[in-house]
Amino acid sequence: MNEVVRISSAEKLNSSTWVIRFKAAFDARPGQFVMVWAPGMDEIPLSLSSVGETKAVTFKVIGDDTRKLSAMSEGDRLHVRGPYGNGFDLSSRKVLLVGGGIGIAPLMPILEAKEADAVFAARDGDEVAYCVPIAEGLGRRHWVSTDDGSLGFKGNAVQLVTEVLGENVYDEIIACGPEIMLYYLHRLCVERGIRCQMSLERYMKCAAGICGSCMVDDRRVCADGPVFTGEQISELREFGKTARDASGAKKKL
Amino acid sequence: MNRLATAVGSVKLKRPGIVASGILDETGPSMARMLSGGAGAVVSKSIGSVAKGGHANPNFIETGCWTMNAMGLPNPGIDAFREEMEVAVAAGKVIGSVYAASPAEFASLAGKMEDYGAAAVELNLSCPHAAGFGMEMGTDPAMVRSIVSETKDAVSIPVWAKLTPNTHILASIGRAVEDGGGDAVVAINTLKAMHIVPEFGKPFLSNRFGGLSGRAIKPVGVRAVFDLRSAVSIPIVGVGGIYGHRDALEYIMAGACAFQVGSAVSEMGPGIFESINAGLKEFMAEFGYKSIKDMEGIAHE
Repeated sequence: MNEVVRISSAEKLNSSTWVIRFKAAFDARPGQFVMVWAPGMDEIPLSLSSVGETKAVTFKVIGDDTRKLSAMSEGDRLHVRGPYGNGFDLSSRKVLLVGGGIGIAPLMPILEAKEADAVFAARDGDEVAYCVPIAEGLGRRHWVSTDDGSLGFKGNAVQLVTEVLGENVYDEIIACGPEIMLYYLHRLCVERGIRCQMSLERYMKCAAGICGSCMVDDRRVCADGPVFTGEQISELREFGKTARDASGAKKKL
Repeated sequence: MNRLATAVGSVKLKRPGIVASGILDETGPSMARMLSGGAGAVVSKSIGSVAKGGHANPNFIETGCWTMNAMGLPNPGIDAFREEMEVAVAAGKVIGSVYAASPAEFASLAGKMEDYGAAAVELNLSCPHAAGFGMEMGTDPAMVRSIVSETKDAVSIPVWAKLTPNTHILASIGRAVEDGGGDAVVAINTLKAMHIVPEFGKPFLSNRFGGLSGRAIKPVGVRAVFDLRSAVSIPIVGVGGIYGHRDALEYIMAGACAFQVGSAVSEMGPGIFESINAGLKEFMAEFGYKSIKDMEGIAHE
């Protein structure tokens, strides 16, 4: 539940993305997350990108805390709380994973755990190239889209998924990424009648389901989620529209 | 017959369990969910005059025995909170919690809560981790009396005062609430505490100090309610480490007419109120108690 772990390896995956690996006593499922802290940084929620005996968090440097985390190396210690959240339901047979940007990271344990196809979407090739050898190593069918066309399909995730659905049939789509991507992907799933699960993100404090910072409508992203089904998402009026800041005030997304 | 019906003074409750302040009560939809899930009422997040982001993370940690937080009173400010209250009061009874730095500010915030439809106002005289607020005012009987009486003059809804256990003069603080015209006391808030991570040689919480809650504090809370019962004649709401109906019964038998649940929601989930209600009903049937009132304070006899 609360553990101080030693980093077993830290690796830079591209110009802005790092992976930190560590051994921990807790068991975790794909889609769960941990709260990570070391002195000098704020504690932040990070999805687990590996859930075996060696756990991993894969993150993009977007602010002071992720920058401090990226400066850590093998042997350094981290305080880890968790794992928290429900995780993905992996019972569907034929699954398409759709990851956007750093939202690819929480899908990686699924790719390891089961036969699934994957769409990796990003702004440019630098952001997403590291995923290709991983998918190839696991022997998983995959497609890449980039906004600038520097790798794979030129366009966004939803456009590529539309193409992929033209030639393939899936029981379910499992996705994580920017909410704008999830918003349009959810719409596509509803239109096509495809079941889906999506991992959402909100500002978090306790992560344990009591402080109410991460509410989307009346659901707690940290404890009722972060993974919600397509049906649940259809009920959320704030999805794709608003989120709350540290004070609880509503902000437009 | 509803054996679980109770009242905190003039505030009638169909169920004796109330969601404690700071627990799933920052937004209207969240409060509405708790009200539909077996709670008799919900106390709002403590709201101040202006928006406040609270302390930086880490501000929360729990073990199986205790929970510690230093949220630092995050809230969107009283004006922005109007729309959250509108959603919540449509779903049931909401007690508006407020924090302030002066009696006049408490009175003004309480007035807004009354306008928003709060069934009562709960004065936060006890937060242990926000400089200049909460416990720093709530351990001075003269200050407490003046805050309560100024708030009473400003509103017509009942005024409850949430007290800190971080004092050796709890009974005097309780009497100050009563003397100021307060309608109920709520006890206890969290105990001022600290957690250090040995590997780092540093306190875990960004604020260093936090408030201890959860299982570990129940005996402290029960003792506080027992003491207050002898010191005041206004109703007492018990809170601190309630995870099941037997914990709630301890508070009731020490002298509380209702109780609040906080930290346990993390481990037990929002459904905890339903399970406590079921346990209470079964216990009352077995032991022949017809109402919460029948059990209130019996440990004193």
